[in-house]
Amino acid sequence: MKLLPLAEAIARHVGDGACVALEGFTHLIPFAAGHEIIRQGRRGLHLVRMTPDLVYDQMIGMGCASRLTFSWGGNPGVGSLHRLRDAVERQWPAPLAIDEHTHAGMAAAYCAGAARLPFGILRGYLGTDLPAANPRIRSVECPFTGERLAAVPAINPDVTILHAQRADRRGNVAIEGIVGAQREAAFAARAVIVTVEEIVEELPPAMNGIVLPHWMVSAVAHCPGGAYPSYAQGCYARDNGFYQRWDVIARDREGFLAWMQRHVLGSRDHAGFLASLREAA
Amino acid sequence: MSDWTRDEMMTVAAARLLRDGCVCFVGIGLPSAACNLARLTHAPDIVLIYESGTVGTRPNVLPLSIGDGELAETAACIVPLPEVFSYLLQAGRVDVGFLGAAQVDRYGNLNSTVIGHYDTPATRLPGAGGATEIAAHARQTFVMIKATPRSLVAQLDFRTSGGFLEGRGSRARSGMRGTGPQVVITDFGTLTPAPATDELQLTALYHGVSVEEARAAVGWPLAVAGEIATIPPPTLIELETLRALHARTREAHRRPVHLPA
Repeated sequence: MKLLPLAEAIARHVGDGACVALEGFTHLIPFAAGHEIIRQGRRGLHLVRMTPDLVYDQMIGMGCASRLTFSWGGNPGVGSLHRLRDAVERQWPAPLAIDEHTHAGMAAAYCAGAARLPFGILRGYLGTDLPAANPRIRSVECPFTGERLAAVPAINPDVTILHAQRADRRGNVAIEGIVGAQREAAFAARAVIVTVEEIVEELPPAMNGIVLPHWMVSAVAHCPGGAYPSYAQGCYARDNGFYQRWDVIARDREGFLAWMQRHVLGSRDHAGFLASLREAA
Repeated sequence: MSDWTRDEMMTVAAARLLRDGCVCFVGIGLPSAACNLARLTHAPDIVLIYESGTVGTRPNVLPLSIGDGELAETAACIVPLPEVFSYLLQAGRVDVGFLGAAQVDRYGNLNSTVIGHYDTPATRLPGAGGATEIAAHARQTFVMIKATPRSLVAQLDFRTSGGFLEGRGSRARSGMRGTGPQVVITDFGTLTPAPATDELQLTALYHGVSVEEARAAVGWPLAVAGEIATIPPPTLIELETLRALHARTREAHRRPVHLPA
């Protein structure tokens, strides 16, 4: 594990065309890392995330992605992800191939990836048109009972990026609160980057808490506020107002590009991004 | 009392259908309001599960997202997402699943994926999320939808989640273990599946709503039960509890979030 500045961690581990999962289910979404990928101008990424959320709306709208694996693509509690819709409905700024699943299917695919099995299995995709739309959703017969069960190919990202509350200097990572499929996505990946609110000398005893051990973490970057406008339990709350305002910001291409230029491309790093939002408030 | 909105009536009607102690898989929006209204009135021991993994949660204000911190802080426990779908939902431990959709057909099948063709959609909707497996595995599902001929349709553009499929027992033959949509709660009243055909029929109307109004809001020739029940208006306690919940929620969501330093 290496303690690295975020820009260096991204430069080292995220290449053009890579399969990248920025996970975190509503909570601990690694926005700072997504913004850094945008700043570095990555292209042709295969983005993987159960809920693309604003972070992928931004990356898709800025032209980073050519493929998306996902299971629910909305702005939670608000409505559409307008940049995702524009890419799917009108191929702007680039065509986006979609590999669409259900939450249960994607969870099974991450679990299989973490276990290095070829596919995930579930009693799922029943009564739905999804298998007809996505040829990667198939079925297998149980060798014991003969029951047909759904099968989805394992997800093994080149790199999984997470945000967490804290890590120690060796790179052990502790996550509290809603954990989504972050642990599975990390174990499924070839490389793992974690941005954290704070780096401590020693983590408190974990017992049943979630810890990613340092020997499976490729890089840790200290990045306070790195999940904003999502949140970090115990550090800062989800900015629900921002999620509502995003509906307006992202609705048209010009407004979106101007906002991204001003706040993301126009700032050197995440501290600069947060400062530019404070200035605009 | 005669002064309430259709949203309030829908929420109250849905809340009344939840029995105390039941395990309920909750969606954002009207279902979340209905489940918490039930918890704050007649069902204090209802177990609410949001798909973010917050189990037995008792939020003081309604969350905007499925994973707001409020849900985590008031949960009995938080489990990883794969467990929510495998150990809780697929294993048959959920009594009631609440679903919404952009379109519902006469057999209670749901579309939340696209309007138009899948490969060239006119409108790309968010997609399945948890809905497909909730529809399959919850012991029963309740559907909440505002009725217009564009939302209650003769033909779905895409079937995201299975209800009674083509009707006449086809669900039972499909491998889906739950009993399917037992009620569709609309803003005119409720539809329930007819015993032999599984087709949704009008069985109850809100106070003051006519059968004609219901028919006009449905995009297929609506079957009407021999006897139509009248759903009593919200009680004073129901209305006050719901309005106080919404007022607390508005206040909480208005509070500015301090940007992390």
